[in-house]
Amino acid sequence: MDTLHADLLLTAPELLMAVGGMVVLMFGVFAAQKRPGIVNALAIVLFAATAFLIWRQPAGVLATAFAEAFVVNDFTRFAKLLVLLGAALSILISTRFFEREKIARFEFAPLMIFATLGMLMMISAGGLISLYVGLELQSLALYVLAAFNRDSVKATEAGLKYFVLGALSSCLLLYGSSLIYGFAGTVQFDGIQVVVDGGRNLGVLIGIVFILAGLAFKVSAVPFHMWTPDVYEGAPTPVTAFFAGAPKVAAIALLLRVLFDALPHAAADWRQIVTFISIASMALGAFAAIGQTNIKRLMAYSSIGNIGYALVGVAAGTEQGISSVLIFMAIYVVMTAGVFVCILAMRRVDGPTEKIEDLSGLMGSRPLLALCWIILLFSYVGLPPLPGFFGKYYVFGAAVEQGMWPLAVIGILTSVVAAYYYVRIVMLIINGAPPEKPFEPTMGGELRVVLGGTMLFSAAMIIVPGILVGWAGIAAAALIK
Amino acid sequence: MLIAIAFYLFAAITIAAAVMVVASRNPVHSVLFLILAFFSAAGLFMLAGAEFLALILIVVYVGAVAVLFLFVVMMLDIDIAELRQGVLDYVPLGALIGIIMLIEISMALGVWAFAPEAGGAVASPWPDAVSKITNTEAIGHVLYSQFIYVFQASGLVLLVAMIGAIVLTLRDRPGVRRQSVAAQVGRRREDGVELKDVKPGQGL
Repeated sequence: MDTLHADLLLTAPELLMAVGGMVVLMFGVFAAQKRPGIVNALAIVLFAATAFLIWRQPAGVLATAFAEAFVVNDFTRFAKLLVLLGAALSILISTRFFEREKIARFEFAPLMIFATLGMLMMISAGGLISLYVGLELQSLALYVLAAFNRDSVKATEAGLKYFVLGALSSCLLLYGSSLIYGFAGTVQFDGIQVVVDGGRNLGVLIGIVFILAGLAFKVSAVPFHMWTPDVYEGAPTPVTAFFAGAPKVAAIALLLRVLFDALPHAAADWRQIVTFISIASMALGAFAAIGQTNIKRLMAYSSIGNIGYALVGVAAGTEQGISSVLIFMAIYVVMTAGVFVCILAMRRVDGPTEKIEDLSGLMGSRPLLALCWIILLFSYVGLPPLPGFFGKYYVFGAAVEQGMWPLAVIGILTSVVAAYYYVRIVMLIINGAPPEKPFEPTMGGELRVVLGGTMLFSAAMIIVPGILVGWAGIAAAALIK
Repeated sequence: MLIAIAFYLFAAITIAAAVMVVASRNPVHSVLFLILAFFSAAGLFMLAGAEFLALILIVVYVGAVAVLFLFVVMMLDIDIAELRQGVLDYVPLGALIGIIMLIEISMALGVWAFAPEAGGAVASPWPDAVSKITNTEAIGHVLYSQFIYVFQASGLVLLVAMIGAIVLTLRDRPGVRRQSVAAQVGRRREDGVELKDVKPGQGL
């Protein structure tokens, strides 16, 4: 009984999220069917409460619950707080969009809650079974969210594509898991760590390849990225903002947990694979984005490229590499939220627009918004002293430290290529001819709050970068042990 | 001897029913044969000593899945003749794939051997001749203790699936008349009954 009590105490944030999700769902069904805004506000409160509970969990210790199916340490706490931040920002910027598009439904918030719960469970997974269940909880909710605008052909296509390819990737992951289980005789990460001790075994190698393939799909890394542009374009914009942020963090965190908790002795095997995926993602993200005319598709390729940069840190395989990945992802989540607020502000009287050319001459009509665009885009480029520079600096630094300087050089080269299409947008904003139909003169209060927060974060990263770096360092130390 | 007879009986019925699922002209008959196949397969599981799996097969597949199929088949307006056209063209290919799969499975099972250490690795009671524990007991020992976390999480996955199905398909149709219990109960005698004093021989 005592162990059950301790288990429940350790999983309190997730329990709160699960029970809260059901309460929010019932509240929506019975009391707020016509006012989804209230349900969304409740969901944000729930996220904040969960974040508070995670914040209060004991620091600096490793604790497990439910026969080691659930793991809590500083790394999982850091990643979970980041995921909750990304998810809460997406809900915050979604309410008004859905109402104006007349597709607001109260089920949005419960689906977001359960998707986020799935991410928290993924991050805390202590074995292959809890990994898979958390992943499916997240993915299933994401498939529905992609098709949330069910009367739009593009959204339905996005949902269906995501679902079919996601199911395929789950199959790959399960197959890999079964091979690892067949070799190790256990599904727990620490058990696998003992058994997989670095001796070359064909079954384990194939298992690692399949597990990495399944996880690469979730982070949309090349060559499992095909779904990304279509899903990003078809899904409603706030849902796209969500896809680009929180699930990526969760999947990268899960990838780190699997590689460093379960397979640290097979590093020689997985490092090759991660290096290849990383190079391919950086290259494709840089070159395929050049020809895009739709800003959401461009962001899809940009996120593929950014995942490539994050994987550089994973490939380094050191404590410094992990902390650089965490710093990169934290900056990436906040920057992405900011960019999507700017995309949501691309709205004319007759509705939202997604064409890049519509940004032309924004400097003249909306100077403040244009300035935010420019700061965020230059941050994506990695121009010092903006936050994006720090992300790339730490990631490439970790690779160079390990003597993987070719990887860092390729990263810098692809950054230069990527700079071309970011700077093209900046030039369009500053020098372009003013559009015939300008954007609406104001944007919603919640959009301003999120955009302002992004700018504050950028300023904080320039003035006191040590805070985030320190936290990421503590989190990374917990994973390496 | 008796077990051997029962095995061949169940096995023959399973295969015959499975063939009839594909071959019968009426889709409703197909589903009914599918149910028969499930029952016979449950019997095979029972003979193999997996009584939990046998009962679950009947409860879940016969009780829920097959009945659901039956409803779907009855509700859908399917043109059987059109659907069945050209089925015979695929018989040779299907038979070839079936035979290849049979050979592959028998090859795989032919070389299969349990590692001697595998028995020692189990952490919880395991149904064998020594422990005299049943399947159901063995699963019950771990399902709600060791695996309670993933068990409940699976429940959440199903909940999300249900929400998703409703979000994507349920549409409010205007003009649907629903029962309002409150209105029915709140109705008073005076609202519905009117007494008219009809004079004899006059009518209304």
